[in-house]
Amino acid sequence: MLSYPTVRTSLIFLAIALVGLLFADIAITANNPWRDLGNFFLGVLTPNFFSSEGLLTALLRTVAFAFVGVTVGGVCGFFLALVYRFLPVRVFCAFIRAIHELFWALIFLQFFGFHPLTGVLAIAIPYSGIFAKVYSEILEEADPEPGRLLPPGTGTIAAFLYTRIPDCWVQLRTYTAYRLECGLRSSAILGFVGLPTLGFYLETSFSQGMYSDAGAMLILFYVLIATIPLWVRPKLLPVYIVGAPFFLGDGLPIVWGNVERFFTEDIVPSPLRDGEGLAGLLPWLNELMIEQALPGIWNTVVLTQIALVATGILTLLAFPLISNHFGGPIRRTSGHIFLVIARSTPEYILAYILLQLWGPSMLPAVVALALHNGGIIGHLIGRQTNTIRLRSDAPKGFNRYSWELVPRIYRSFLAFLFYRWEIIMRETAILGILGIYTLGFYVDSAIQSIRFDQAMVLILITAMLNIGVDILGRYIRRKLALQTMPTC
Amino acid sequence: MAGFDLSGLTASFGGERVIGPLTLKVKEGDQVALVGKSGAGKSTLIRLIHQRVDGQSSLVPQELGLVNALPVFHNVFMGQLDKHATWYNTITLVRPFKQDRKQVLELLDALRMSEKLWIPTASLSGGQRQRVAIARALYRNAPVLLADEPISALDGPMAHHVMQLLRDRFKTSVIALHDVEMAMKYCNRIVGIQNGQVALDEPTDQLAAADIMSLY
Repeated sequence: MLSYPTVRTSLIFLAIALVGLLFADIAITANNPWRDLGNFFLGVLTPNFFSSEGLLTALLRTVAFAFVGVTVGGVCGFFLALVYRFLPVRVFCAFIRAIHELFWALIFLQFFGFHPLTGVLAIAIPYSGIFAKVYSEILEEADPEPGRLLPPGTGTIAAFLYTRIPDCWVQLRTYTAYRLECGLRSSAILGFVGLPTLGFYLETSFSQGMYSDAGAMLILFYVLIATIPLWVRPKLLPVYIVGAPFFLGDGLPIVWGNVERFFTEDIVPSPLRDGEGLAGLLPWLNELMIEQALPGIWNTVVLTQIALVATGILTLLAFPLISNHFGGPIRRTSGHIFLVIARSTPEYILAYILLQLWGPSMLPAVVALALHNGGIIGHLIGRQTNTIRLRSDAPKGFNRYSWELVPRIYRSFLAFLFYRWEIIMRETAILGILGIYTLGFYVDSAIQSIRFDQAMVLILITAMLNIGVDILGRYIRRKLALQTMPTC
Repeated sequence: MAGFDLSGLTASFGGERVIGPLTLKVKEGDQVALVGKSGAGKSTLIRLIHQRVDGQSSLVPQELGLVNALPVFHNVFMGQLDKHATWYNTITLVRPFKQDRKQVLELLDALRMSEKLWIPTASLSGGQRQRVAIARALYRNAPVLLADEPISALDGPMAHHVMQLLRDRFKTSVIALHDVEMAMKYCNRIVGIQNGQVALDEPTDQLAAADIMSLY
C-alpha cells in the first residue's frame, strides 16, 4: 500500500494534522455545553416563524444581495474570462478571489458604511475572480474544430457565439447556478458584519438566547436553498435580476469624504503618515509581523491542516450514507437530509453556533469546517459511487466499502479534497472574526481599534497565504495526476 | 480561384514524415477522388490543401466539426457567417430570418432531411450528422469542395444521391474516398496516395478498377 503515491500523500497529511493537534487549542470551555446544545436543538424543533417581521425582510435582503452580487460578479467574470490568458489578468483574478467576502465587506464598511454597495461589492469582487477562472476553463474545453471550419472573414464575436458558447452552454449554466447557491450563503453570512441579511438576524437571536427564532431562520434558509430548482427558473431570472436591486434596502448614505480619507490617510502605514519615513516603516512592519501576522499565520495553517484531514475522514464516513451500494431507502433518505443540511449551512454559521455552545477554542471551527466541506465532498463522492456497477457476487458490508468502493473513488476523493484546501484555508482565516486566533482575528482587532493600515497588511498576507496554498494544491493534484471538476 | 497549384506539400507527425513532399495541380473542372489505403495520408492531404488555399474551400472533415448543442439550421448557417454583419448573425442565433430559413430548408430538402431543421445535431444519427456537415459545405458555396470520406456513414442509395449532389454543385473538388466504385462513378480524375506520395494520377476514363486495386 505504501508504494502508492496517493496513500503516501494521505499519510503525510494525516501526520501533519496529528502533530498540529499537539499545538492546537482544542477544548470545550463552556460550563454546560450539552445543555446549551440541547436547548439549541429544542429551538430548531420548535421554530418560531412569527416573532418579528424582521425575519422575512432579512430573507428578502439575503436573496437580493445574492442576486445582485452574483450577477455583477458573473458579468465581470465572463469578460475577464475572455482575456484570462494574459498573465496580469490571471494574477489580478487570483488576488481578488483570495480575499474572502467578509474581508471585502469589512474593507468597504470602513468607507461606504452600511450602504447596499458594500454588500454587493463584497460578493461581486471575489466572485468575479472565481467566475473568470472557471468560465475560462470551461470555454477552453470547447471543441475547437467547428471554429476552424468557419469561412475566413467571419467576425470574432460571431465565431465565439456560434462555436464556443453553445458547446459550453450547459456547463456555464450549471456552474452559474451552483455559484448562485454559494452567493446565497455568502449573502447570509454578510449579516455577521452588520449588513441586513440572515446572519444579522441569527446573531441577534442567539445573543438574546432566542433559540426558536434562530431555529426558524435556519429552517427557512434550508428551504430556500433546497427549493432553488423550483423558484430559480430560466424564465423568471430576468425578473429577479431586474428586481433584486430594488430590495437591497436603503442603508446609510455614502460619505465621500470618508472614502477619500480611507485611501489617502487611513491605510497609509502610520510611520509614513506621521512623517517618520522609511526609517520608521521597518520597525513598524517588524512589530506587526511578530506580534500579529506570524501567530495568525501559524494558527491559520495549523487549523487548516487539522480541518482538512477532519474533512477527509468525515467524507469517507459520510459517503456510504447516500450510496446505493448499502442499506435501505430509509437510511439513504436520512443520509441525504444530513448531507444537505451539512453542506447548505455556511461553515461560518456552523462555527458561530458551535462557538456559542462550546465556548471559544479551535474545536468548533474544526467541526464546522469538517461538517460543511465533508458534506459537500461526501455528497459528490456518494453520487459517484452510484455510477459504479459491482459484479453480482461482490462482497457486502464493510468489505464492500473497503475493497470495492474506497479504492475506486479514492483518487477523485483526494482531488476534491485538495481542490477545497484553499477554500478551507480562506474560511479558516475568516473564522478568526469569531474569536479564534487565526488571521481574521488580528484583522478584525486591527479594524476595531481603527488601525486600518495594519488591517490592510494582514489582509494582504492572508491573500498571499491563500494563493500559496492554491498553487501547492494544484502542484500536488498535478503530481498525483488527479483530475477535478470546477463545480465543487 | 477555382483551381490551385500546390507544390512542396509536406506533413510530419512526431518527427515522422507522413506526406510528401508532393505536388498537386488541380484545374477548374477537376473532380478529384483521393484513393488509397487507410493511413496513406489522404486526410492529412485534405487538411494541408485546406490550409494552403487559406480556407477558400467548402470543407467536410471526417470528424464533421458540428456544434452539437446547436440545431441543424445554425450548423448549416455557419457556412456563411462571413457574409453577414455581427448583429445579423447574433439575431439569427436567437431568431433566424425568413430568407435564410428558406435557403437552408431547400438544402436540407435536397439532402432529404428537411424535417430535422430545428433538431439539435447532438440527437441525430451518424448518417444525419454527416449530411448536416455536407449541407454546411453546400451552403458555404466555395469554389472548391474538400471532403474527407463524406459518405462513410450513408447507406447505398443515399450515398449515390449525395455524391450526385456534390458533383452537380461543385465544379472543382477533391474528395477522399475509400470506395473505388464510387470514385470511378462520380469523379473525373483519380489520384492514388501511397506512403504519403502520389502513386497514381489519371483521368477516370483511362483507368479500370483493377489499376486502382494495386494501391491497396
